[in-house]
Amino acid sequence: MRDLAIETSGLVKTFGKNRAVDGLDLTVPAGTVYGVLGPNGAGKTTAVKMLATLLRPDGGEARVFGHDVLREPDAVRSRVSLTGQYASVDEEMTGMENLVLLGRLLGHRKAAARDRAMRLLEAFGLTEAAGRQVKNYSGGMRRRLDIAASILNTPDLLFLDEPTTGLDPRSRNQVWDIVRIVVAHGTTVLLTTQYLDEADRLAGRIAVVDHGRVIAEGTPGELKSSVGSGSVHVRLRDAAQRPEAERVLAGELNTQVHLEADPVALTARIAGEDADAGAERASRALAALAASGIVVDDFSLGQPSLDEVFLALTDKALTDKEMEETAA
Amino acid sequence: MSATTTETGTSFVPAADTLGAVLAPGARPPRPGALSASLTFGWRAMLKIKHVPEQLFDVTAFPIMMTLMFTYLFGGALAGSPTEYLQFLLPGIMVTSVVMITMYTGVEVNKDIEKGVFDRFRTLPIWRPSTMVGYLLGDAFRYTMAATVILVVGLVLGFRPQGGVVGVLAAIALLVVFSFAFSWIWTMFGLLLRSEKSVMGVSMLVLFPLTFLSNVYVDPQTMPGWLQAFVGVNPISHLVTAARSLMAGSPDAGEITWVLVCGAVSIVVFGALTMRLYNRK
Repeated sequence: MRDLAIETSGLVKTFGKNRAVDGLDLTVPAGTVYGVLGPNGAGKTTAVKMLATLLRPDGGEARVFGHDVLREPDAVRSRVSLTGQYASVDEEMTGMENLVLLGRLLGHRKAAARDRAMRLLEAFGLTEAAGRQVKNYSGGMRRRLDIAASILNTPDLLFLDEPTTGLDPRSRNQVWDIVRIVVAHGTTVLLTTQYLDEADRLAGRIAVVDHGRVIAEGTPGELKSSVGSGSVHVRLRDAAQRPEAERVLAGELNTQVHLEADPVALTARIAGEDADAGAERASRALAALAASGIVVDDFSLGQPSLDEVFLALTDKALTDKEMEETAA
Repeated sequence: MSATTTETGTSFVPAADTLGAVLAPGARPPRPGALSASLTFGWRAMLKIKHVPEQLFDVTAFPIMMTLMFTYLFGGALAGSPTEYLQFLLPGIMVTSVVMITMYTGVEVNKDIEKGVFDRFRTLPIWRPSTMVGYLLGDAFRYTMAATVILVVGLVLGFRPQGGVVGVLAAIALLVVFSFAFSWIWTMFGLLLRSEKSVMGVSMLVLFPLTFLSNVYVDPQTMPGWLQAFVGVNPISHLVTAARSLMAGSPDAGEITWVLVCGAVSIVVFGALTMRLYNRK
């Protein structure tokens, strides 16, 4: 059996009446990137804070590499690092000082801490900025310093809490590359994100979280196929033709068509298991639109977005619950 | 954002070999001891002073102002002349100024916990109170500085302590030790209260009565009985009496012991409360 980096069962954290984490079950194998995907307020950060021993769980159990987070916090702390949603570095200090400070706190002697800091700054492309206060760094640089600080002692488990939120595309790519290299060296990464795209690119497995619970879990492929093979997005030239287009699409794709706020746009989710069948159906739908004399400006077949995966999954969760209730 | 910032921000490409080299798991050093971790946090406090030297204003300008103001305001009326009064006032005004400065500890703690860096410290496998001890070590430096500034101003104005160098240094040492112990009340409030402003507010509420309703400015014999009772139990009065005795060259062992015991109690009570809050935050 493979080692487990994280194992939680029925984890609960409440803030007043708000159940931020409400019975979370996670199983994260060691040596992988595990994505925790969910909207703001889903309880991702709260869950990470409990796993990193920053918050005490109100119920349930959580183990990190077999160590209970409540009973053996120091054993957990010696194996994990956290890069929080907001940069966990000291703004008033320079990049160098930040890393030397942490190096000393991790037990390195002064010379060793300086040496390690210098090598990390170089590996993260921050040598030039080493002597500048962090408050003068760009968002991407700050994030890189933050990750550098997290791997000062290469951790066995690295928590990355929304590492790319607010970054420009180039900085985001840098962070993604760094994550891939870190994982290739044997560190397990727990990545929280609100972007399906990001989880898709980095994570081996994903847990979709909403209202503090896991509502779906699997590989990115499994999750996407569970909500159909994709969506058709159509833009018309003439808004007046939209009712007609809606009728044609609904008939051809045999699914419900969603009218966007934009008066010329329609979206339809294609039900079905595999992507090839979806593409075939979409092309038939396009032909049918043309045959009905509807002018289409833009027609695209896309993977389901997080919104769609999410709506589909929450809908499903609701229906399942209703069915359980009727059965009971 | 400066041009160089953008440049380094965009041209960087993470390279598998250089990054891989720093990731190679070397032998981990043993975790630092309690003292080493505390001193490292103390170093952080000193770095902050280095980067924001303006914050030393409160330990230089403020004490000078206090000394000048009260010496010349009350000196003539209370003791016949400012120089006469200064012999009585200086140890007290030194205690007042330094104790007043202790409240910035709470403000600093409160400002820091808003930031992510606190979360990082809390995930480190180190002696838990070291973060707080580090703040206080940095502050002890500030207290020493304020006390020195006041001493120098006092000497210039004509303060001539009978206790000599040893007596004065002993008094300052006692004051700094007491302030270090007393500051734990502020680390507690820094963690407990929600904003910097509320920390300030509570600090004033505690510090004003504590420093003014004491034997710093006038002889308590002139006060009404109920006030004399308060002044009598006020730890600041005891600290002032102890400091005066040391500076005058006739150490009052009873008062000094009282102050040290009071400091120890403060560390035990407020230190425990601080760490409880720190662990639960």
